[in-house]
Amino acid sequence: MDFKLSEEQVLLKDTVRRFVNERVMPEARAWDRDEKFPLETVQEIAAMGLMGVRVDPKWEGSGLGCTELALVVEELARGDGSLALTVASHNGLCTGHINMFGNDAQQEKYVKDLAQGKKLGAWGLSEPGSGSDAVAMLTSAARDGDHFVINGSKIFITQGTVGDVYVVLARTDKEKGPKGVSAFILEKGMEGFSQKPMKEKLGMRSSDTAILNFDEVRVPAENMIGLEGEGFIQALQILDRGRITIAALALGLGMGAFEASRRYAMERRQFGKPIAEFQAIQWKLANMAMELEAARLLTYRAAHLCDQGEDFSKAASMAKLFASEAAMRATDESIQVHGGYGYTAEFPVERYYRDAKLCTIGEGTSEIQRMVIARHILKDAAN
Amino acid sequence: MEFALSSEQTLVQENTARFARERLAPSAKAREEAHQIDHALIQEMAEHGLLGVNIPAAYGGSEAGVVAYALALREVAGADASVAVTMAVTNMVSEVIHRFGSSAQKENYIPKLVGGEYFAGAFALSETGAGSDAAGLKTRAQKDGDAWVLNGEKMWITSGDQAGVIVVWARTSDEGTKGISCFLVEGDTPGLSAGKPEEKMGLRASHTVALSLDHVRVSDAQRLGQVGEGFKIAMLALDGGRIGIGAQSCGMAAAALRESVSYAQERQQFKKNLASFQAIQFKLADMATHLEAAWALVLQAAWLKEENQPFSQQAAMAKLYASEKANATVREAVQIFGGYGYTEEFKVARFYRDCRVTQIYEGTSEIQRLVIARALLKQAAQSQGVS
Repeated sequence: MDFKLSEEQVLLKDTVRRFVNERVMPEARAWDRDEKFPLETVQEIAAMGLMGVRVDPKWEGSGLGCTELALVVEELARGDGSLALTVASHNGLCTGHINMFGNDAQQEKYVKDLAQGKKLGAWGLSEPGSGSDAVAMLTSAARDGDHFVINGSKIFITQGTVGDVYVVLARTDKEKGPKGVSAFILEKGMEGFSQKPMKEKLGMRSSDTAILNFDEVRVPAENMIGLEGEGFIQALQILDRGRITIAALALGLGMGAFEASRRYAMERRQFGKPIAEFQAIQWKLANMAMELEAARLLTYRAAHLCDQGEDFSKAASMAKLFASEAAMRATDESIQVHGGYGYTAEFPVERYYRDAKLCTIGEGTSEIQRMVIARHILKDAAN
Repeated sequence: MEFALSSEQTLVQENTARFARERLAPSAKAREEAHQIDHALIQEMAEHGLLGVNIPAAYGGSEAGVVAYALALREVAGADASVAVTMAVTNMVSEVIHRFGSSAQKENYIPKLVGGEYFAGAFALSETGAGSDAAGLKTRAQKDGDAWVLNGEKMWITSGDQAGVIVVWARTSDEGTKGISCFLVEGDTPGLSAGKPEEKMGLRASHTVALSLDHVRVSDAQRLGQVGEGFKIAMLALDGGRIGIGAQSCGMAAAALRESVSYAQERQQFKKNLASFQAIQFKLADMATHLEAAWALVLQAAWLKEENQPFSQQAAMAKLYASEKANATVREAVQIFGGYGYTEEFKVARFYRDCRVTQIYEGTSEIQRLVIARALLKQAAQSQGVS
């Protein structure tokens, strides 16, 4: 047993933290207000090697693990949830999917550019009528010689308009349920493939979200990832990993809110003393710190299991469920600690509060996490 | 980072789990009804190395470390929380003597505690007027030649009427926290008397008594640590004790979850088992997630202590979180069992009663939050000082 991060991990965390303090925190409010995707900042992050955290160096990645990706996302979210979401989804969903299941030609053609941040990645699973019930997807891919013809639409797609490379899940067989789904790589500019931005979100406003439409999009058969019918199984594995990064994202938001609250409580004076001297405020800080500590341990543990090649599905669901709900409570309380000021955009906590809500929904709602966890518990008991 | 247990830790866990399953769980209800743990059972635990898990082998201990101690305590608490609290206090008394005692004290007392010759060890800190505010204690120790004479009343002393040796905190001067010292008082010392065991909501097989010290005379060689060091010893004992309460809480929560899962899979309503309803599944998922989080906090605190790193804040977090979530878990367990859960026919009613005290003893939840908040504010003030 060893709860310490390695020296390299500490260095990575500190490096990202410094970057966030200097380059992200001063800008995040404006990005949020203007719903501006901060492309230049994303490129700076790419220059730090953080757009291909888990990708093997032979495909231009940093060759690090799930734990390192979690650390990066946590630190980014401490400053800006949207930016953390951009980096998490680019790394974990699109790049991760092609990197884990794609062939060498696909690594060469797509992953190399994605890992260097020369291209941005998006991942399309959800549809207007298919959210938690992902198997209900209607987007279809019909074989036509050397091509597949894709029709349908996807919704809530992160990097939906700014993306260059898209992994899209589509039904290649209507009869086979989850086994009738396959994954394809699409590129922006393919004929019939259009993107429509989704603006005015509650939070994560400077993360780019879009609806994707596919109208007879002809995709070369060589762009299928893995085998026909494997797409859904691949997607579930990607989601399992994605849950760890969403947990890390929630943890980072919670930490940002906690640190802001502690700082404010020590400065703000009422009744002749800093409000940090009142037990009512101390209790809030203690609860936030305690829950975030537990969230951190669950998140790192899930990441560590993933890195060790062990089964981590239940651990990832627990981490995601717990961290996202802890982040909701922490960000809520941080507004309370800030009082009226917390309700304004002058302080970052209302943004953390809005951003955190995504974490209880994206990558599987809290309800889906509880279903996953319950299934594991009941199965474990039956064995 | 490494979350896996060592092979020695796994061995301790497996052996204790087997002992708890075979020797404790079947008889827990009988002990509760008798309000009694037999000394023979304590001796059996000593043979399994459970009374000195983190004590060096030179004193008869298992020398398995703090993480192993938490693992063992969790398993015992899942079977019988009364036995767990008895075990925890005895372990901690040995640890405190080992840390602060003279070599004569260590050689005399630790083997008797660890080996089960004594039924138990005890801590006597609280008084009627000194609970969370421990420094408000009034028991006095007055120097009389080479001896000390102790007078006062102590409250809520676990195993106080059965202990072979009791760590007693008494005021040796009026200088607030610096005027408190610690003494080792043997159970049969003249002038020491115990009240009738309290009638408690839970932990009924464990005795909780008031102790009266009426001109209890002990030699200066019985003083534990330096004069005036008592409060520090108390705080360190409590810090370590909190890891134990966290582990006990997890043990009870794990047992309540296990019982709930198996009941939910058997019990049929509306022509299917309870486990097929999402309302029940979600309760189980929350119980399991909270347990996992609580246990991670406990292990982290135990690991920090084992590594000789500061662990006070982490122990308070572990104790606070584990005890609060364990109580939520036993409450949900009773809910899943419905009317049956409200009867003594199933174990969950006992878990529910036993668990409540984890939010109170070794520092209430409110005191834990105080400890945590103080640490957080101190860290922030220090980091501001640096920058």
